[in-house]
Amino acid sequence: MLKKQNLLVRATGLVLAAVILAGCTGNQQPAQPPAQPATPAQNADAQPEPAGVEVDELLIGLLGPWTGNVAQFGIAKRNGAMLYINQFNERGGLQINTADFDEEGVPANAIAGYHWLVDQGITALIGSVTSAPTLAVVPVAFEDNMPMITATATHANVTVDAGTGNVWTNMFRSCFIDPFQGLKMAEFAVEVIGAQTAAVLYSNEIDYSIGLTEAFVARAQELGLEIVATEVFADAAVDFLGQLTNIAATNPDVLFIPAYFQHIALIGPQSVQAGLDTVMLGADGWNGTMEIIADPSSIEGSFFMTGFTDEDESPLVQGFLSDFMAAYGEVPNMFAAQGYDAAMILLAAIELALADGFLPNTDEFKASVISHMAATSIQGVTGHITFDEFNNPQKSAFILEVREGDARFWGTF
Amino acid sequence: MLLVAQLINGLQLGSIYALIALGYSMVYGIVKLLNFAHGDIIMVGGYIALFSLTFGQHPLLAAALTVAGCTVLAIVIEKLAYTPLRFAPRLSLLITAIGVSILLQNLAQYFFSASGRSFPGHLMIPHGSVSLGGVMVSYTSVITIVTSLVSMAALTMLVKHTKLGKAMRAVSEDQDAARLMGVNVNSVITFTFAVGAALAGIGALLYSVRFPLIFPTVGAMLGLKAFVAAVFGGIGSIPGAMLGGYAIGLLEVLVTAVGLSRWVDGVVFMVLICVLMVRPTGIMGRNMMEKV
Repeated sequence: MLKKQNLLVRATGLVLAAVILAGCTGNQQPAQPPAQPATPAQNADAQPEPAGVEVDELLIGLLGPWTGNVAQFGIAKRNGAMLYINQFNERGGLQINTADFDEEGVPANAIAGYHWLVDQGITALIGSVTSAPTLAVVPVAFEDNMPMITATATHANVTVDAGTGNVWTNMFRSCFIDPFQGLKMAEFAVEVIGAQTAAVLYSNEIDYSIGLTEAFVARAQELGLEIVATEVFADAAVDFLGQLTNIAATNPDVLFIPAYFQHIALIGPQSVQAGLDTVMLGADGWNGTMEIIADPSSIEGSFFMTGFTDEDESPLVQGFLSDFMAAYGEVPNMFAAQGYDAAMILLAAIELALADGFLPNTDEFKASVISHMAATSIQGVTGHITFDEFNNPQKSAFILEVREGDARFWGTF
Repeated sequence: MLLVAQLINGLQLGSIYALIALGYSMVYGIVKLLNFAHGDIIMVGGYIALFSLTFGQHPLLAAALTVAGCTVLAIVIEKLAYTPLRFAPRLSLLITAIGVSILLQNLAQYFFSASGRSFPGHLMIPHGSVSLGGVMVSYTSVITIVTSLVSMAALTMLVKHTKLGKAMRAVSEDQDAARLMGVNVNSVITFTFAVGAALAGIGALLYSVRFPLIFPTVGAMLGLKAFVAAVFGGIGSIPGAMLGGYAIGLLEVLVTAVGLSRWVDGVVFMVLICVLMVRPTGIMGRNMMEKV
């Protein structure tokens, strides 16, 4: 008996150790050399040229993770931004050079990368990609009053100092913020679905999910939409049946699920098993669901919003699609589209600042770029973009409806 | 009503754990090996079912292929990896099992990529539900619970009332004595692995319908949970594995239902620690005659 017990205890210890070890090594990224400029860094330091004259070229920085866990976002954004910059350069006239830095999704690397890019002589920056590295860089870039735009960092505090509530005036973005999506979907539930009761299924381990949920619930209360059930799940969960059974018992008109596509692939079929019959609502995390879900009938009739849809028939979007396909051989996703728009916004402001007669890399030039960005009114591939007082884009959301096994463009909202 | 619905969810999950825990328990009973590759056999079963269904096979054929595939895989593993170590220290066998587990996971990653594939569970068990006393129970729940009960009844019959079952019990009792009595120990051990893997194949089907996302490491956590169930019930004991499976399944669903879904895994492993500290032989592990 004693021997058996010993073996069991030892075996358990061994396996747990193996699991822990595997967990550790899985997260380690191979060390990268600190700097990898994609193009030879061109120093565009202000030459003593007379004001108001032609500037042949200037340098902007690209900061983001090209390797690591979130590289897929970084590479998509860079591809989108570079596509616009190349198209801009092909028109002739002002040539935009770029210097780029791989921060691997790590905040400390992002700060080092920012300093390196400044040393190269950048006059504006597109970056970073995920929220945490961007939040780390913003206060440093604010000191320099460096014009900066991110295509993908959705955290509310990217453009607002969390401590003081002051706006980081130099920082803009071309993506939706988390609260905006929750708010929009609450309005959609009431105004389009006509819902009176709603349930929420979210993960309290994912900042994105928490941010959307808080905004959805707050807006729902203002609109008189009653929240009848709130259920949570772990990020790595595979079993949602317990939560869905609880939700089914309250019979809500809509179920809001601010989660990512791999969750939806599990939640959809399990919602059928739980006997849940309601309209499911989602946000841009649902992008990619239709590519993997084997049983799309389980989410038939759901709606989710996205920042970009390739079903938009406008010539601008269709041109972007074909150019992107030609350049990279794949269909652009939302992140690539937002990267394209970020570059468009920044370069438009730079052209206006040059027209004002300021020389690149001067404080006046940077201030001018920032003020022109704040006044942006531009038709991008993700919609018509203007900025609010917090430098967040005001643009309409694209709503997709799951119908006959596919996510179809429902309209803008 | 809600409580009844959640209890049925728990029974459904417990059925799956019980089927898988049986494989652990039987193999431990007969060769004193904690077969940590067991969970990965389920992963392979999930992929077999996924591809059979995707290529338009009839669900029953897909099920048969899955069970057959798991059984063959287990026999191959037993012959190649475990038989050469029959007289080696137990720890070598255990480390080999972990090695096989890692090998299977990485092969699956190589061939099927690391990202998850959605499982077309509706092709295996159609959507729909029946009303049992006012509670709507999905076909998935009904079929899962019934299938596992039938499988376990068949296993009990096999072990208690057939000659091969008697041989299995004899080998688990004393290998050398069984050999002297004319029992072919090697083939009995292989047969035990095969039966455990067939149950795992059924478990893989039921698991994939309930959790319709298959990825190369899907068996790791599932295997550990079933291992906890086997230890909880008393490893080596067949009724213990069933009881442990149902207990862990119900526990998980009830922890989730009260809103503590983040703590599910923690609670399950806490149970393992408590069992190992308080009663390392598990609930039904004391009666050595029950071993297989």
